[in-house]
Amino acid sequence: MGVSGLADFRDEVGHSGPVCVRGGGTRWELGGPPAGGSREVRAPTGVVAFDPAEMTVVVGAGTPLADLAGALAEHRQEVALEGPPGATVGGVLAVGRSSLRRPRIGAVRDALLQADCVGADGALFTAGGPTVKNVTGYDLCRLLVGSLGTLALIGQVILRTWPSPERVLWMQGSATPEAVRDMCFRPSSALWDGQRVSVCLEGYDGDVEAEAAALGSHLGLEVAAAAPALPPHRSRWTGRLPEGCILEVGTGVVHGPVEVEAGIPGPGVVTLAARIRTGFDPDGRLNPGRDPYRIAA
Amino acid sequence: MVRDLTPLVVQTGSMWWTRRRSLDLLTRDLEAAIGADRVAGGASALHLYSRDGSIIRGGRAGVVCLPGSTEQVAACVRVARAHGRAFVPRGAGTGLSGGAVPCDDPVVISTTRMDRILEVDVDRRIAWVEPGVVNLDLSRHLVGTGLHFAPDPSSQQACTIGGNVANNSGGPHCLLYGVTSVHVAAVEVVLPDGEVAVLGEEEGDAVGYDLRGAFVGGEGTLGIATRIAVRLTPDPPEVRTLLLDFTTIEEAAETVSAVIAAGIVPAALELMDQQVVRAVEPFAKAGYPLDAAAVLIVELDGLPAGVSREVEAVAAIARECGARTVRIAADEGERARIWKGRKGAFGAIANIKPSYYLHDTVIPRTRLAEVVTGVNAIAERHGLIVMNVFHAGDGNLHPLLVFDHREPGVMERVLAAGEEIVRLSVEVGGVLSGEHGIGLEKRRFMPLLFSEEDLAAQRVLRDAFDPDGVANPHKVLPSGSSCGDVQGLPEIPEGVWV
Repeated sequence: MGVSGLADFRDEVGHSGPVCVRGGGTRWELGGPPAGGSREVRAPTGVVAFDPAEMTVVVGAGTPLADLAGALAEHRQEVALEGPPGATVGGVLAVGRSSLRRPRIGAVRDALLQADCVGADGALFTAGGPTVKNVTGYDLCRLLVGSLGTLALIGQVILRTWPSPERVLWMQGSATPEAVRDMCFRPSSALWDGQRVSVCLEGYDGDVEAEAAALGSHLGLEVAAAAPALPPHRSRWTGRLPEGCILEVGTGVVHGPVEVEAGIPGPGVVTLAARIRTGFDPDGRLNPGRDPYRIAA
Repeated sequence: MVRDLTPLVVQTGSMWWTRRRSLDLLTRDLEAAIGADRVAGGASALHLYSRDGSIIRGGRAGVVCLPGSTEQVAACVRVARAHGRAFVPRGAGTGLSGGAVPCDDPVVISTTRMDRILEVDVDRRIAWVEPGVVNLDLSRHLVGTGLHFAPDPSSQQACTIGGNVANNSGGPHCLLYGVTSVHVAAVEVVLPDGEVAVLGEEEGDAVGYDLRGAFVGGEGTLGIATRIAVRLTPDPPEVRTLLLDFTTIEEAAETVSAVIAAGIVPAALELMDQQVVRAVEPFAKAGYPLDAAAVLIVELDGLPAGVSREVEAVAAIARECGARTVRIAADEGERARIWKGRKGAFGAIANIKPSYYLHDTVIPRTRLAEVVTGVNAIAERHGLIVMNVFHAGDGNLHPLLVFDHREPGVMERVLAAGEEIVRLSVEVGGVLSGEHGIGLEKRRFMPLLFSEEDLAAQRVLRDAFDPDGVANPHKVLPSGSSCGDVQGLPEIPEGVWV
């Protein structure tokens, strides 16, 4: 693919009529289902270029995340993108939800270096740049992540990769997240259900073993096979943790059994968001019906 | 010269009396809004605020405001607008791209008096600060908590966190920990219409568009940050600092690429060439080898087992690439001296020539060796001294062209060499700026990297925040208009840089 894949994508999106972009369809109703009558388009697929020594990868937005992860794993690298089985790179970026390992590997928003997009006018444009550090112009990449394809349709991206940890280890037990945190340096995840804590240690073998031993002997934590199963609905944490919920410590996200309505953003934010959306898409043709502000978290 | 014809511009020359009168009325209203002691309009203040850390001269401030609160910042913006004036936000003025240089008599809004650390939440690792807090003061304030503020630009003893937000500043330790945007959780801003909004969340990602992410790095063109929630980073339990020395700069550059390729991301990975080493050693007394063509400072941090394995791996890679010596700092004092030289490098340049012009391009880090060689060839062709001291680990070059501005014709050569360096960086797949921003200085290079469509998309974002174009106009995006009075850039044909 590459350039021709992008040009085909641009032609498929065209200049007029409502379009919605489909990735793996794993979170298709999130933020509202696409309005009826929208033409469905799909972004190019495939890993275009991966330079392990540069720690960047060029990939079509329609590529299944699992395919990308496989290509990176050959060189012991990974990206800070996480999604349900079947999710695509573009879908994970459009939804914008960060990995459970966010405290260590960073937010999805920090992983996107460059995006080649089709705008509402049907023209290709590039946001960001190919290097790992860049302040050339406005940071459109961060704006695109989590926008549910309402500002532009992402065709191809450059992502920042990181070395994969040598060891990943989940531990579990009855202790407070504060007590666990005080004994660990940058755990990649900490989950709290009100009584039990789960913590993910990662890094070099020797370091993970040393921290695991300390958590075991001082707090009685035990090794777990994997991350605990999370309840299906997400919301923002506001104070007390309700029954049956699991908090991602430090990220403000609660996973609970009951769907929660999205909060209402402040007045200045609503106006700004509306101006941004109409600025990028004056006729409302990109993913109509979907609204990132209808997502609870 | 093309002049901006928007109503914001007050013409000079025969219009002097009208200009004076209109500035007097503006000053009167600003004084009524925020107090006379917070408004400065005297010649020395206007001169001081007419420039920043860049080479650009000839900026002109209409009046300077030093508000003490969010409400006062909003009041300044509203008064400016009522008078049909633009406003220019300003922190410590250490910026290097002219982002704080005022064009055509705007209201300069300096946030330096808003310098309180409002709240430190050690448990949640968040601090709310006012924009005028000096970067290093925050980390000093945090000593004993086991936390620090990770962005560490070389100007960190002077630059403010508000300025860091505006420029999405970097620094050596951003290689592992990320640039300012990664460390800004939320920001309260006065928008260009005078309204106040909070963008982002204290924890995690805000729902909806990442307005916080869009705002950070906006160079004051999207509004003014008045309170900032920054994320605090735990101090690493183990830190090892290595000094590697090489007989060719190419070997040093190869070492950088090889370390990254080996899957090691150091906390910092800095390169200084011989010219820089010789300039800084007299005051840093770090024991840098004066006959080395280049030295690398490599800092590895984290938990002990990983750090010692990485130290061994980096040392082995360096020796393979031709390092003459591998020195590991024995204690905190030695480590501090090694860093003192690096962070004081720009000040030390004055011992060689009185002026310097610094570029800030980023290139793919696998191409460091060839680009540094190319940069040196460009300088030689223009008869200039170039000194290289830069964030090698993320490919962020900082070639310093040093010169004596009193030498006739030197500015032309400096600017021509600078342009060639920018073009070379873009040709190999790089970008214009890694941490200094675009400001006035690099607007004209934007089309090297971006198509018209790319720039139009960026303009959409700017217009959404500032539909009337009153916030720091003329900056970042190229436009048909020019900042009337500035000198020091090729697009300004008249005047001599002083």
